[in-house]
Amino acid sequence: MLDLVWLVPIFPLAGFLILFTTIGKLPQPIAAAVGAGSVGLAAVVAFSAGYVFLADGMSPLTVTLYTWMNVGDFSPGLSFYVDGLTLIMMFVITGVGFLIHVYSTTNRAVFIDDEHHSRFFAYMNLFVCAMLLLVMGDNLLLLYMGWEGVGLCSYLLIGFWHDDPANGAAARKAFVVTRIGDTAMALGLFLLFLNFRTLEIQPLMAKASGTWVLGSPTLAAFLILGGAVGKSAQLPLQTWLPDAMAGPTPVSALIHAATMVTAGVYLIARTHELFLLAPVAQTAVALVGVITLLMAACTALVQTDIKRILAFSTISQIGYMFLALGVSAWSSGIFHLMTHAFFKALLFLGAGAVIFSLHHEHNILKMGGLRKRLPVAFWSFLIGSAALAAFPFTSGFYSKEPILMQAFEVSPWLWAGGLLGAFITAIYSFRLVFIVFFGEMRTEPIEPTGLSGTPWAMAIPLLILCVLAITGGWWGEPQVAAVFPEVSGEHHAGATAYITSGVPLVGIVLAYLIFLDGRLKVTALTESSLGKVLHDFWFSHWAMDWLYNALFVSPFKWVTAFNKKDILVDSIYDGTAATAAYVHTLLSQTQTGVLRFYAASMALGLVVLVAVVLGLT
Amino acid sequence: MILLWLIIVLFAGGVVAWLAEGWNKDWPRWVSLFFLGISLIIVATLFGNPLPGDGFVTGNLTNESAWLVSFYWSWIPRFGINVQLGLDGLSLLMVGLTVFLGVVAVVSSWSEIDHRPGFFQFNLMWTLAGVVGVFVSLDLFLFFFFWEVMLIPMYLLIAVWGHEDRNYASMKFFLFTQISGMLMLVAILSLVFIHHDTTGVYTFNYFDLLGTQLSESVGFWLMLGFFIAFVVKLPGFPFHPWLADAHTQAPTAASVLLAGILLKTGAYGLIRFTVPLFPSAFVEIAPYAMALGTAGVIYGALLAFAQTDFKRLIAYSSVSHMGFVLIGIYAWNQYTLQGSVMQMIAHGFSTAALFMLAGAIQHRLHTREMTKMGGLWKEMPRMGAIALFFIIASLGMPGLGNFVGEFLVLMGTFQVNIPITVVAALGLITAAVYSLIAMQRTFQGQPTAEAAYPDGLQDYGARDISVMIMMMIGLLFLGLYPQPIFDIANPVLANLHTYTPHGSPAWLGSLL
Repeated sequence: MLDLVWLVPIFPLAGFLILFTTIGKLPQPIAAAVGAGSVGLAAVVAFSAGYVFLADGMSPLTVTLYTWMNVGDFSPGLSFYVDGLTLIMMFVITGVGFLIHVYSTTNRAVFIDDEHHSRFFAYMNLFVCAMLLLVMGDNLLLLYMGWEGVGLCSYLLIGFWHDDPANGAAARKAFVVTRIGDTAMALGLFLLFLNFRTLEIQPLMAKASGTWVLGSPTLAAFLILGGAVGKSAQLPLQTWLPDAMAGPTPVSALIHAATMVTAGVYLIARTHELFLLAPVAQTAVALVGVITLLMAACTALVQTDIKRILAFSTISQIGYMFLALGVSAWSSGIFHLMTHAFFKALLFLGAGAVIFSLHHEHNILKMGGLRKRLPVAFWSFLIGSAALAAFPFTSGFYSKEPILMQAFEVSPWLWAGGLLGAFITAIYSFRLVFIVFFGEMRTEPIEPTGLSGTPWAMAIPLLILCVLAITGGWWGEPQVAAVFPEVSGEHHAGATAYITSGVPLVGIVLAYLIFLDGRLKVTALTESSLGKVLHDFWFSHWAMDWLYNALFVSPFKWVTAFNKKDILVDSIYDGTAATAAYVHTLLSQTQTGVLRFYAASMALGLVVLVAVVLGLT
Repeated sequence: MILLWLIIVLFAGGVVAWLAEGWNKDWPRWVSLFFLGISLIIVATLFGNPLPGDGFVTGNLTNESAWLVSFYWSWIPRFGINVQLGLDGLSLLMVGLTVFLGVVAVVSSWSEIDHRPGFFQFNLMWTLAGVVGVFVSLDLFLFFFFWEVMLIPMYLLIAVWGHEDRNYASMKFFLFTQISGMLMLVAILSLVFIHHDTTGVYTFNYFDLLGTQLSESVGFWLMLGFFIAFVVKLPGFPFHPWLADAHTQAPTAASVLLAGILLKTGAYGLIRFTVPLFPSAFVEIAPYAMALGTAGVIYGALLAFAQTDFKRLIAYSSVSHMGFVLIGIYAWNQYTLQGSVMQMIAHGFSTAALFMLAGAIQHRLHTREMTKMGGLWKEMPRMGAIALFFIIASLGMPGLGNFVGEFLVLMGTFQVNIPITVVAALGLITAAVYSLIAMQRTFQGQPTAEAAYPDGLQDYGARDISVMIMMMIGLLFLGLYPQPIFDIANPVLANLHTYTPHGSPAWLGSLL
């Protein structure tokens, strides 16, 4: 059974091929069935494989389809490596992916005609295939193929409505910014190959503790980290993700919340042996995580676009995963990756329902009082936000707490940063819930409303995700312990644990007092000049877009525009040609046709020549 | 003999196509297609020949009998000039690419050329014949002869059927290639005379001239003669300016040939002649050559980004892509050489396809200015999807051939020179920048204010689509299963590699 694991990416690939070659010809229901069905089949195979894997004592397995290329000692295969970590990722990708695909079959916001319908599912299927290659590849080259593939699909789906140039710009930004990270990662691959003559992950990790011909584990780990921060939208490459919200909401749920953006977490977890050899790099991972999670949480606090709030929240939550990796809480990081996939997909799909019902309104300040009118969305949001805020006994609580506890073991400062982030997370997530679903109604939702108005294909995925968002953590950390080294030391149960659990509750209460009850007035704070500056600063996400524009984009545009006509090089050749032409005109003026002039020139020339000869001798 | 036939068929096809114009204006392209069909069959038999050993003959580079196919006929014995043709794996790949893209070029000219179609096909076929001759000549005199043969008809293709600035562009093309060709001729003759001084024999034979004893400085200067001629053709920085003008002004079929094949003759010449003939000068020039390649990668990409003329953008992207080839050749290890060969083939497909698309757009809109485009996907969705595919190929997406080439070049170069690799790798980012902006300005977004589309823009029909699909399958094949290409090229590259003294770790250390 496990040998058939290669079928998992094949199904969505087949779905892509069918849908893409028949664009505009397949009627909507069939295209939807192919699109969702292919991922469903992949999920069935993935879960069966997982069952067999657990039954067989969890021994890792490599399945090789063929040797991709063989140049000298470089022979990466189209090979899949399956262990606990791979399977967790496969479950998330195919499981959550299937739910989102099913949801999408009814997403009336996405489709207007058959062509768009097929194209949407084609890209989504291609994404699932590429994402599976990323997590299943047994060598870094195959992983890189999946890595670039998901980037491509992300580009295609962010710019799905490419009629609008703004969407195209967002899509390009996402691709180019992540490619900066990818290039660093490629250099990391070169360095690893130079030292160990292989890109197969398991042998590579085994050899990494040996001697390095050139460079060091630290350098390699930093280069890999470069790739990870690009794809996972962490400092300093996180600027693309908020713009990526230009894509349809199911895309945001699948790619920009549940799966692709966590690829960096997977990559570091997969190469954790390397990071253990490079303590400096691992500390950098933790710091990147903490700083990013705080920056993004503050930004989320002041946003007004419902999808941008969720986008910054995603950046912030991935920051927790990085923090986990940085403090060697490997399993907890993957655990949080999984629970985050549940509750963030839920939040995005819920947001999609809200946005659709309100005529594509994204501004939460124009929403309100939707609790009764959109009960499905309300409960989705309430549960999703509770899990996001790590409300006790939701999935997010179980996964976030061990991260913070382990962070405390490493450094109380990391713990404090994470805890502050958890506090802000609780505030912004319930700010969202209270503003959108409580209070007075500011925009009338379109019919149909109520539970009966939600199609089953939309309601059932939401329901399942609700259940997962609550219970996803009840069974403890997923069975990936065999992949990672044991976390050393016992967690202190005492005061630290109570504080860690309690702070989010304080945040929720605070959000209640400010945004719903109104008893706590913060206008004095927000109206002060410092408050305004801070608000604007946070609203622009710490002015990072401005900074990058000034540092990179504008100079690049200026230089290229300056040299558009290749004046730096071509002017040399054109100048040569112009000089030749000029000399030509000068000399041609001597061709006067006047005999006297010729005779005089000859005489003069003779005189000069004789003079020179005499002078020389 | 089969090699001679291959060249004769192409020459003859050109002549017949010209004659056919007198009977019927539609005939020449059919004639070309027919003769190209024969050539394709010949090439297919070469690919499919049962060969000794596993696949292709392995053996010493200097061992003439080790070649796959060879032909010898004494031409001017007094000066040691012979018609000596030979085909090994590298030549085979290049000849295959040439004939295939020849078909593509004929198809792309199908409805575009009304003026003197017979003479057009004549020039096209003679260019192809010249290129095939270049790829199989093992006599330096003959090589130079073919080098010139491919130049003149290409000049005419641009000068007669080109666009608004064709005179300037064709003259620029001619001067660049001709002047650099003269340098090579001087180098060839000097080499022959020096060889005569030491051995008393006049010969232009490649195998005899290999290993000619040269003093260090003489060897360097002669090498430079070859090097400049080939790098101009490639084109390498800073010899690239002819390319943008020639490409932009050339008719589509000529752009396809130029980008797809003619540029590769430069790379082929470097691999076949410059490095093996002057192995000791190699060490001196290698770092500079790699630096030039890197400069080309970045400089070409920056230029490409700034262009608003679609064809010009693709032309500069070629400078960038061929920079990787130059780096790969002068990093000179098995990864980079295989990567360079792969990049040559993949670039042939992807750029030829992009030029066809640009030509098709110009044919429909009568402009190449992207400021007068936008939103073309809605008008021509099939063309849009195809353009997207080749744009993605050209920015180096794994799974397609260009990625394999660039990745191997960079990975192999990292083994010998890390700073070069780091800078060249930035080309991966810039490629994404200019490729995606091109896609945005043409097919995506909304038509610009200046765009005026004629009613009922014609999307691609079956003829164009079938050619495009062939190239798409080709790139997928190269990207997902490149091994057959490596296997064909490997014996040649391995021999070259052992022949030159630079595969040693000492060399690696000297540049690290």
